Amino acid sequence: MRHAILTAMLLAAPPVSAEVTVIQNATIYTVTKGTFRGSIVIRDGKIADVGEKVMTPAGARVIDATGKHVIPGIIDAHTHIALDSINESSVSVSSMVNVAEMLNPESISIYQALAGGVTVCNSMHGSANSIGGQNVVFKMRWGADARGLIYDKAKPSIKMALGENPKRQGSPQGLQIPGLSSPQNLRYPGTRLGVEDVIRDAFTRARAYQREWKDYEARKARGEKHLPPRRDLELEPLVEVLEGKRLVHAHCYRADEILMLIRVFDDFNIRGVTFQHVLEGYKVAKEIAERGHYASTFSDWWSYKVEAYDAIPYNAAIMHRKGVLVSLNSDDAGGAELMRRLNTEAAKVVKYGGLSENEALAMITINPARQLAIDQWVGSIEAGKDADLVIYDKHPLSSYARVEKVFIDGRQYFDRDEDLSRRPKFEAEKEGLRKKMTDQQKQAAPQNRRPS
Amino acid sequence: MRTATIACLPVLAAALMAAENNTFLLRNATVHPVSGPAIQNASILVVDGKIAEIGQKVAPKGKVRIVEARGLHVYPGMIDSGSPIGLAEIASVRETVDTGEIGDFNPQLRALIAVNPSSEHIPVVRANGITSVLVTPGATGGGRGASAGSLISGQASLMHLDGWTWEEMEIRRSAAMQMAWPVIQMPRFRGADIEALLPGLAGRRTTFAEARRNQQQQVQKIQDFFDAARRYQKAKASGESIQPDLRYEAMIPVLEGKQPLMIFAAREREIREALDFAARERLKIVLAGVRRPGKALEDIAKRNIPVVLGTTFVSPLEEDDPYDEPFTLPARLHQAGVKFAFASFGVQFARNLPYQAAQAAAFGLPYDEALKSVTLNAAQIWGIDSEYGSIEKGKYADLIVTDGDPLEVRTQVKMMFIKGVPVDLESKHTRLYKMYSARP
Repeated sequence: MRHAILTAMLLAAPPVSAEVTVIQNATIYTVTKGTFRGSIVIRDGKIADVGEKVMTPAGARVIDATGKHVIPGIIDAHTHIALDSINESSVSVSSMVNVAEMLNPESISIYQALAGGVTVCNSMHGSANSIGGQNVVFKMRWGADARGLIYDKAKPSIKMALGENPKRQGSPQGLQIPGLSSPQNLRYPGTRLGVEDVIRDAFTRARAYQREWKDYEARKARGEKHLPPRRDLELEPLVEVLEGKRLVHAHCYRADEILMLIRVFDDFNIRGVTFQHVLEGYKVAKEIAERGHYASTFSDWWSYKVEAYDAIPYNAAIMHRKGVLVSLNSDDAGGAELMRRLNTEAAKVVKYGGLSENEALAMITINPARQLAIDQWVGSIEAGKDADLVIYDKHPLSSYARVEKVFIDGRQYFDRDEDLSRRPKFEAEKEGLRKKMTDQQKQAAPQNRRPS
Repeated sequence: MRTATIACLPVLAAALMAAENNTFLLRNATVHPVSGPAIQNASILVVDGKIAEIGQKVAPKGKVRIVEARGLHVYPGMIDSGSPIGLAEIASVRETVDTGEIGDFNPQLRALIAVNPSSEHIPVVRANGITSVLVTPGATGGGRGASAGSLISGQASLMHLDGWTWEEMEIRRSAAMQMAWPVIQMPRFRGADIEALLPGLAGRRTTFAEARRNQQQQVQKIQDFFDAARRYQKAKASGESIQPDLRYEAMIPVLEGKQPLMIFAAREREIREALDFAARERLKIVLAGVRRPGKALEDIAKRNIPVVLGTTFVSPLEEDDPYDEPFTLPARLHQAGVKFAFASFGVQFARNLPYQAAQAAAFGLPYDEALKSVTLNAAQIWGIDSEYGSIEKGKYADLIVTDGDPLEVRTQVKMMFIKGVPVDLESKHTRLYKMYSARP
């Protein structure tokens, strides 16, 4: 029944697509080019023009947004939504797996995130192992199939994890599941020392593997006949990291482990890593900034485990002031609970640490776009960029703001009024299905059968 | 005589200082009493911790300390109607968690007596304008499955978020009895076969009929416990000589309808069962953790049952629910005429209590009701509204002074008074902020 309803919702919501759309008279938060009252022209999925005074092309669909507020589509650099499987935790290095293969386009969290103004997210492998799997960046194109969701311009990336989570399977107390955890199946590493070793060892092996291939290519170029090295699916993604072709998102909490990983990356000349969670990032903000690494954090999470006990809501503000590029994320898995209110999560950096409203908005738009290396196309309202836009009824950082419309690639994927008007129809349909089910049950019930 | 005088001196000085400390004139603020409309350019005279006068022309008798609040706003301190704060420090470390005692029936347990007054959470939550909390002894959350948590988990206590000891924090030691209505629990797993994952559980798949039977057994257990407690109550009242039993003793105020029974019930079926049970037993109840009341909402309203709502920051219960279902629930309760207050039902995000009320206001709840649901409504539900919950003459001066609407995230709480005494708004978080901002 659930399936039927979801399918119905998918079919019933054909995104509106017009040749040219103009959003008029809104307060526009471009994030990169200031805030002003003006209009946005959308053509062929892109922002064709934006400014205080723009020409409205003849025949354009005009949306009067007087009194409304428009921001770039929100980008969440850390989620696990719409994945049917998140952790391949049996090995310490699972770089060969890719969560894109588990992307479920029917997950309702996509629609919920969309209704909260999120247009792009990075859905990641979990934190069960020191080096996890490959991640997927997708747009909330509700109704598209898995391939259609994936944002193919995003650079590939891999998950890494430090601290308590990857230690868990190496600790006798860590994972108490009957039948699964026993002293026999403890998995290295069980300490932060071991976590460093697993990562250093993996990149050392990757470098050797890279050299093998380079030697082979050199021989081939010289015309020598030689067998190619055996392909290693575990090490290939790590070679891509060494070559700057694949990004790293590293789950971490404590200052010591953040610094440890910075030093490992120094030794392998790996730059532009996004430290995820990074709750004690404020203690080593200088070191993160020095190497040009990034930070994607929570607004105010703390105390749920020991390594989160020194977490403070001023983390983002301190890191930002010390020169780190910071984004705020939801870490949502299952439902899109926090994703859909990242706007008020951003408001918390105004409250805790006194950052400006634009700095706050940047942390959920252009900053995560930079961290995912998609800032050339999304993350701000500029001519030429993808028309990923959110219309709010009030100031986007207000606790009372509500998303009214969301555009992705210029197509309207969410409209609150339409959503509301569809509800009675869905309710009736659901009621019909419910009735059908009870009728079937009645028919199948033995007491209804005539004695033979 | 001489020795006595000297010994008395420090005591006297302390008493004088205390008297001065909770007596002051706060002036030039916009006062939001909650019980009535806002008053511009107003002053509040606080004498011995209580509100003596409010208005635009308040003239203090004699010399009194002045608290200047020009351009600022005064609200009553907010009340969180359910949180294990002080009983749980680090969620994943059992040694730091004192909620969820073993056993089905623990009415004798009192939350307050294990509250750690130096919990780092207390100043953190206070900093966002929350002055008092109903501290709950049960495992956090709503309904109870067949195998986890207590049915009656103990007495919830109202306390101030300030005091050197839990005794000093106390408002009402036994404000409510916490109970969870049994839930029909079916295993719900998606995307993976639980039997393949956990061989230990193979063959333990529950059918609905079994789950329903388990739940009914739990309900029967509750009935049996109440019956036994009633027999104890009667025997005691008749002067019969009986062995004292602390569990049944603790049930007497509940049976007499003097102490509210706070029943956690999320869905229509459990809510109906809880309502019927309460009516049969003639109990005074408060429903908590209501998520999907369905048509039972009319009954809740008709029977004047107050409700404690958990956070609005949750996903819809079902995949095919409207996306804003948790956001509109408070407005639906209000429209039905149900009185409700908000609870964080947690520690980590207790400081976000005002924002969960704001989220409801964004989706249809009138603003004044949102504000009441974290102040006056809570005080009324817990029976302390003659002393707390609004800014009115004669009530205790639990006040917050802000630079704007306290339900807005961007607003700063500038000052706080609990029973008229100024309270520190620094916390572990502000300390670390200062310390690491200064790192060269």
